[in-house]
Amino acid sequence: MVAQRFVEALRARDAAGDWRVTVFAEEPRKPYDRVGLTRYFEVRDAEELTLGDPALWDDPLVDLHRDCKVEAIDREARTVTDRLGRVHAYDELVLATGSSAAMPPIDGHDLPGVFVYRTIDDVAALRGWVEAKREAGHVETRGGVVERPVRGAVVGGGLLGLEAAGALKALGAQATVIQFGTHLMDVQIDLGGGHALKRLINDKGISVRTDTATKSIRPHRRTGHVGRMDFADGGRLDVDVVVMATGVRPRDELARAAGLEVGERGGAVVDLTCRTADEHVWAIGEVACIEGRCLGLVAPGNTMAEVVADRLLGGGATFPGADTATKLKLSGVDVASFGDAHGRTEKSVEIVWADPLRGIYSKLVMADDARTLLGGVFVGDATPYASLRPMLGAELPGDPSAFLLPEGTGGAPALELPDDANVCSCNNVSAGTIRGAVTEHDCTDVAGVKACTRAGTTCGACLPLVTKLTKAELTKAGVEVSTALCEHFELSRAQLFDAVRVADLHTFSEIIARFGRVPEGATDAGRGCDICKPTVASVLASLGNGHILAGEQATLQDTNDHMLANMQKDGTYSVVPRMPGGEVTPEGLIVVGQVAKDFGLYTKITGGQRIDMFGARVEQLPEIWRRLVDAGFESGHAYGKSLRTVKSCVGSTWCRYGVQDSVGMAVELELRYRGLRSPHKLKLGVSGCARECAEARGKDVGVIATDKGWNVYVGGNGGQTPKHAQLLAENLSSEELLRTIDRFLMLYIRTADRLQRTAPWVEEYEGGLEAIREVVIEDSLGIGADLDAAMAQHVEGYEDEWKAVLEDPAKLARFGSFVNAPTTPDPALAYVPERGQKRPATADEVASGTADPELVSALTSPVLVAGPTLEVRA
Amino acid sequence: MTALTPTSETAVVDGPGWTAVCPLDALAPERGAAALVTGSDGEERQVALFRLLDGTVCAVQQLDPYSGANVMSRGIVGTRGGTPTVASPVYKQVFELHTGRCLDAASKEPRVGLAADLASYPVVVTGGVVHVGIG
Ligand code: SRM
Ligand SMILES: Cc1cc2nc3c(=O)[nH]c(=O)nc-3n(C[C@H](O)[C@H](O)[C@H](O)COP(=O)(O)OP(=O)(O)OC[C@H]3O[C@@H](n4cnc5c(N)ncnc54)[C@H](O)[C@@H]3O)c2cc1C
Ligand code: SF4
Ligand code: FES
Repeated sequence: MVAQRFVEALRARDAAGDWRVTVFAEEPRKPYDRVGLTRYFEVRDAEELTLGDPALWDDPLVDLHRDCKVEAIDREARTVTDRLGRVHAYDELVLATGSSAAMPPIDGHDLPGVFVYRTIDDVAALRGWVEAKREAGHVETRGGVVERPVRGAVVGGGLLGLEAAGALKALGAQATVIQFGTHLMDVQIDLGGGHALKRLINDKGISVRTDTATKSIRPHRRTGHVGRMDFADGGRLDVDVVVMATGVRPRDELARAAGLEVGERGGAVVDLTCRTADEHVWAIGEVACIEGRCLGLVAPGNTMAEVVADRLLGGGATFPGADTATKLKLSGVDVASFGDAHGRTEKSVEIVWADPLRGIYSKLVMADDARTLLGGVFVGDATPYASLRPMLGAELPGDPSAFLLPEGTGGAPALELPDDANVCSCNNVSAGTIRGAVTEHDCTDVAGVKACTRAGTTCGACLPLVTKLTKAELTKAGVEVSTALCEHFELSRAQLFDAVRVADLHTFSEIIARFGRVPEGATDAGRGCDICKPTVASVLASLGNGHILAGEQATLQDTNDHMLANMQKDGTYSVVPRMPGGEVTPEGLIVVGQVAKDFGLYTKITGGQRIDMFGARVEQLPEIWRRLVDAGFESGHAYGKSLRTVKSCVGSTWCRYGVQDSVGMAVELELRYRGLRSPHKLKLGVSGCARECAEARGKDVGVIATDKGWNVYVGGNGGQTPKHAQLLAENLSSEELLRTIDRFLMLYIRTADRLQRTAPWVEEYEGGLEAIREVVIEDSLGIGADLDAAMAQHVEGYEDEWKAVLEDPAKLARFGSFVNAPTTPDPALAYVPERGQKRPATADEVASGTADPELVSALTSPVLVAGPTLEVRA
Repeated sequence: MTALTPTSETAVVDGPGWTAVCPLDALAPERGAAALVTGSDGEERQVALFRLLDGTVCAVQQLDPYSGANVMSRGIVGTRGGTPTVASPVYKQVFELHTGRCLDAASKEPRVGLAADLASYPVVVTGGVVHVGIG
């Protein structure tokens, strides 16, 4: 890993091209991100882990020899010999051979089924083994299939062991962590933290045995594979797979053979310039024994890489000491520590805050002045870590304990980081550099700052802080981050909502005349854009201004709302009738099927428990909807920033575990909120018991039945940044439930930003979920009745948008394909058959004439739209 | 190329290459409509027509160069720095209505073989009829 950084740093700074670098890699691939190794299970593609810009290896001054281990160094001749016996001369040699996984001398450590966790090949082999074992445990009997779980154990309860245990779980195996020491992660955290961590790990379904020494590993009688572990205390554990994570050993064999000095516990001894006793040999990364020890983290290794690059170019850099801050990368388990986590500094004082119920343990280690921060441990909630770690060695403002209390209670003073505070330890980026990216390099967002400084691009632990610093700096610079909607409005969406409501305005022209921003030298604010127009449309719709295509409102709608359908890549639309709660009658299904067949539409069940029909042309939409409306269907608002679906599970009516009628409640909620326009789309879910088959907690509002009523959760999200909804209220009656959701949704509609889903809204709402609970449940702002009335108005005012269009010739007139040929299909549409249906042809298919013209279906009945007739001169 | 206002000479539209497309009333203000127009080369083109609030009509190509779909008429009409614009309904690139020039590519490249700007066509409205001039 750090070799890659070395080459990158050297090439970036060696503008004159004085150095040519040859990299010998034992592994058969380009240097990859070992820190992200566990991600391999997700991405399953080694390429995804490749480090840095792949173009680095195309640089004419860089040669990469993969699968080309170096066997020997001849320091005298200044050459290295590779495994093929080829001899290569060098001027300077940099050792970055890393470590290998340590194999404790336990009997049976070499049995098939015992793995280490260090390289992509290790991880791929482990996965293959677990999959094969699972296959073998799958036994078909006459009584049905029996699945025997794959039993896994991890020896070692440190960072790596826990990560490996998480990986075993993710592969569907059981996992037990065997820890020799008194508690998990004993290098990084103290005993109290270890106890809290153990509970969190157990919650993940991983067992933990501490104070346990493994005596031997025994083969399975029949297979000869690993079968059983025997412990020193007499205990035993049946296993199908074992992962050894008992530490690493520097790969200093080359250095030893070349007669270079190695440290007491291994590693090529180097000075603070990373040079060995031989002035032409350097060592960086885990193989380097610097200040008497080897460092098993990537951040100090990268620093060493930079030091050597600098030295080779004539610089005077030295190794500044190691930042050993760590953060566990196991999803759902937040653990971090930095500095003197064990309080070993003389006279240091510890401040501990623990909440065993919520599984939280945090500790700060302070110098005896009780102000200077020496270290910290966070288990269960590592939020303070990002902002505190860079304060290491600095004085904290105010009472240190304030930084440990849960957000919202303590009132910790805002930390103004000194410029030299190290924010991203993986890439050694200081707060000053991040600020500079904004002030000097004109970065205007986090993505830009990441690209410019590399902060946050390795383990990601520093991202919250990078984001905060970037935003703060942008604000200071007066750049964007402004809440202005667009060039036409200075107001944010929430402000605009209030302004429109209070001023009682009903058209875009009035609104922009009154609240629009008139640029210098202009006489008016212009006519809006694709940002403010749909926003105003949404605000007007939320405030009940009639049909969204009525009058001037029609000009504000995005094409989806304008056509009351979702535009697809070829310019056709999809049609989604509402199926409340996912419930649909057999008759309804037949109608949908027949319509799709008659109009030649591709059909698919959506992720929202209903049916989507794709490939409808503009001019077909009215006729399709006439058929659907006649059969009792209505718009599903798949196109709107509005309620989408209320997903349900079957619930108590059929399911043997259901405790409430979840389908009935889902239908009721869907009918109540259908057509409700909001800042972004809204999705709800209702589950009939705690098994949660409706995945309600992934929704903006999730309702879960209890034997006493309903629990309601809010702020869940799928999408790019998934979030589980959080509990808002428990054991509500149906009536209380409706009122709670009414108010929650109305508050969101009034105060959220444009295109802000409920999850980020809850997070950014001042005071967070607690404050929202006060408004919604305790009516702390006294606006409860107002919110109730607004929702009542919505419920009463609802009408099916499609039905209304079909009844209004003026609105129908929008649905012609061409103003001078309203029933002619777009001549460019082209389809090919696939799995018994059709799909848009690719550009190549169109070019080669493979598209089938038959698949552009004709209308089945005369179009409803009477096109303007006009004599056209030839 | 610029769009001509309704006050322009009637005579202009009698020459070859002009096509009477539709009555002005068939176009809703600030909302586009597509039209099929055959040029003097005999080729049929898809054109997007936009009627602005002041009665001006602009015509640009219907093909959205960034998605390859014929959809420009279905974009949102607005202004940028006072100049009338339309935003692609697919990936939201913004184009100047009078010239077809792409003002904001939304960090995307046009599809291979397509120009980043839209072709624009002269328009004359006379006798309440919209004429598009395609050479
Ligand atoms: C059709 C459907 C996929 C399918 O075939 O299953 C779908 C299709 C689209 N989704 Fe979706 N989403 C569909 C279910 C989902 C789900 C699953 C669910 O609802 O349970 C999710 C995750 C849950 C969630 O929203 O939290 C989902 C998360 C998204 C997101 C990410 C939202 C976010 O908060 O990050 C987008 C992008 C956006 O809205 O900005 C999106 C956007 C889209 C768009 C609108 C993209 C686009 O602009 O073309 C797609 C067009 C819809 C259409 O009908 O043409 N879709 N989309 C599903 C329609 C459900 C329905 O019946 O209405
Ligand atoms: C699963 C996992 C998770 C981790 N998570 C973190 C984390 O969150 N944070 C963190 O800071 N650190 C983490 N680490 C540690 C981090 O990966 C290492 O500190 C880092 O990889 C060290 O880099 P290196 O270049 O010194 O060694 P390596 O990355 O091991 O690179 C050395 C390379 O040299 C090759 N090599 C060895 N001998 C020869 C030879 N004779 N000839 C040619 N090639 C040779 C090896 O095959 C290897 O590819 C993690 C490690 C693992 C395994
Ligand atoms: S996941 Fe992406 S591709 Fe699939 S439907 Fe949703 S938006 Fe479209
Ligand atoms: S600290 Fe790891 S990426 Fe910044």
